[in-house]
Amino acid sequence: MHSARLDRLGLRFLALAYLAVILVGPLAIVFWRTFEHGLAPAWNALSQPDTIHAFKLTLIITAIAVPVNTVFGIVCALAIVRRSFPGKGLLNAFIDLPLALSPVVVGLSLFLLYGRQGWFGGWLDDHGIQVLFALPAMVIATIFVSLPFVAREVVPTLREIGDEQEQAAYTLGAGGWQTFWRITLPSIRWAVIYGVILTTARCLGEYGAVAVVSGRLQGQTETATLRVQERYESYDFAGAYAISIVLATLAILVLVALTVLRPKEGTS
Amino acid sequence: MSILIRNISKRFGDFVALDDVSLEVDGGSLTALLGPSGSGKSTLLRIIAGLEIPDSGEIVLSGRDATALAPQKRNVGFVFQHYAPFKHMTVRENVAFGLKVRKRPKAEIAQRVEELLNLVQLQGFGHRYPAQLSGGQRQRMALARALAPEPQVLLLDEPFGALDARVRAELREWLMHLHDVVNVTTVFVTHDREEAMEVSDQIAVMNRGALEQVGAPRALYDEPATDFVMRFVGDANEVAGVLVRPHDLDLLPEPADDALEAMIVKATFLGRDVKVDLHGSDGSEVIAVLTRDRYEALGLWRGQTVWIRPERDRAFA
Repeated sequence: MHSARLDRLGLRFLALAYLAVILVGPLAIVFWRTFEHGLAPAWNALSQPDTIHAFKLTLIITAIAVPVNTVFGIVCALAIVRRSFPGKGLLNAFIDLPLALSPVVVGLSLFLLYGRQGWFGGWLDDHGIQVLFALPAMVIATIFVSLPFVAREVVPTLREIGDEQEQAAYTLGAGGWQTFWRITLPSIRWAVIYGVILTTARCLGEYGAVAVVSGRLQGQTETATLRVQERYESYDFAGAYAISIVLATLAILVLVALTVLRPKEGTS
Repeated sequence: MSILIRNISKRFGDFVALDDVSLEVDGGSLTALLGPSGSGKSTLLRIIAGLEIPDSGEIVLSGRDATALAPQKRNVGFVFQHYAPFKHMTVRENVAFGLKVRKRPKAEIAQRVEELLNLVQLQGFGHRYPAQLSGGQRQRMALARALAPEPQVLLLDEPFGALDARVRAELREWLMHLHDVVNVTTVFVTHDREEAMEVSDQIAVMNRGALEQVGAPRALYDEPATDFVMRFVGDANEVAGVLVRPHDLDLLPEPADDALEAMIVKATFLGRDVKVDLHGSDGSEVIAVLTRDRYEALGLWRGQTVWIRPERDRAFA
């Protein structure tokens, strides 16, 4: 009995110590370094026009990528769970691709598609449409890396609720849309919200793919995460930390939102 | 309204769920689809509702070909085996659903929902969620929901299957009462012969995707068309190669023509009747049911040798 208790305490200690060293420690240092000299330096760093622009850009990209991936994720999940069609297994596997693929590779592949020598590059160039080093490529890159989250949350929930409620709605005279809005969507709402939060977090934090396709032009194609790197390389540590703090705070808010929402899933 | 099922076949991969099934259901009747699991009865019900598309054959509702009609357009109420309640809606919202999607006026919906909640004895439960109801209440909610748009046909898939015995008996009574009040053509699926016998005025016995026999409960019991029906709608013995009901057997103290020699293994008093378990000289196990008077007149005892004579037997080819 006694040794079992010790074992349990030992395991707990190990888990917490690991989390402290790997996760909490670095985060705490960022907070500490930011406010080391008071609030003023951090505030000054954050109010630089280029920094404000970087945050705006991150928000714009997120505001486009999240709705797109939410709709796509729900449609994909419905297709995977409710329909059978050739290539379904492939779709199911491909949805996870962004999780397995390094974002840098995603960025490079966009280069191959939209670069001057790329498949679409020539045509786009002829028509005066700029994709690379501009918002479109950054949005596409972000959509790519944050694609799986909604679908991955919704698929198991759809499986669990089954399709009897939908069939009941049909026999009661509800059409496809009515059934989706009144029956399916309310039944999967917590999974969708959860997926949206994860997608948002992924979009806000995206670095690798966007770094490759953006061109990192200050005040133009620099997102918040790119700005952290740029400030750091310019020896403006206060600026780098201040932006990091904002991103870290957003991440913590996401974490809190997820923790609050998780238990509700079971009861809805 | 009447339902006409014409030469319906349906396969799921290699499994033949329905094989050339034809059945006529009169308007206003209460019909049971009776059969063991896997006999195709639920598939047939789902095909009537339009939830399943037959590979071949026709469904005619009220004289109109409905084979290609979407479930939304069939005006059919369906009660699922596990009721399929809309979990995120209250009882009232569940019942109102079919009227809301038809864009009926609010006042009319509210009035109709109250009527239905009264009919299924769920008045006062309107604000509850399905999770807060008992199994029987959930089933009555599902019934009210299916009846709300005033369907011409009511289909029920194993309506009493998931309930305990006492609630089952209660709901059976209640379903018959409801059918008298609403008088909607009703078809229900069951594997329970007593349920089918008690509730319905027509039974369609199904086996392995085919229809064995259709008829009134009594006709099926007294004049089964096949070996399967004989065994499925009542108890049956095989005595010297023929099938016979336990109460159609007589026991004789002496040998007789066409009588099988047997030993009495056990006798059980069932009030007015006595159930006698016998061991035939040909190795068969036979159950006979005699009236108590007959049993006592014969003066039988355990271990005695008697001769079994079928009074009414049925030989099937």
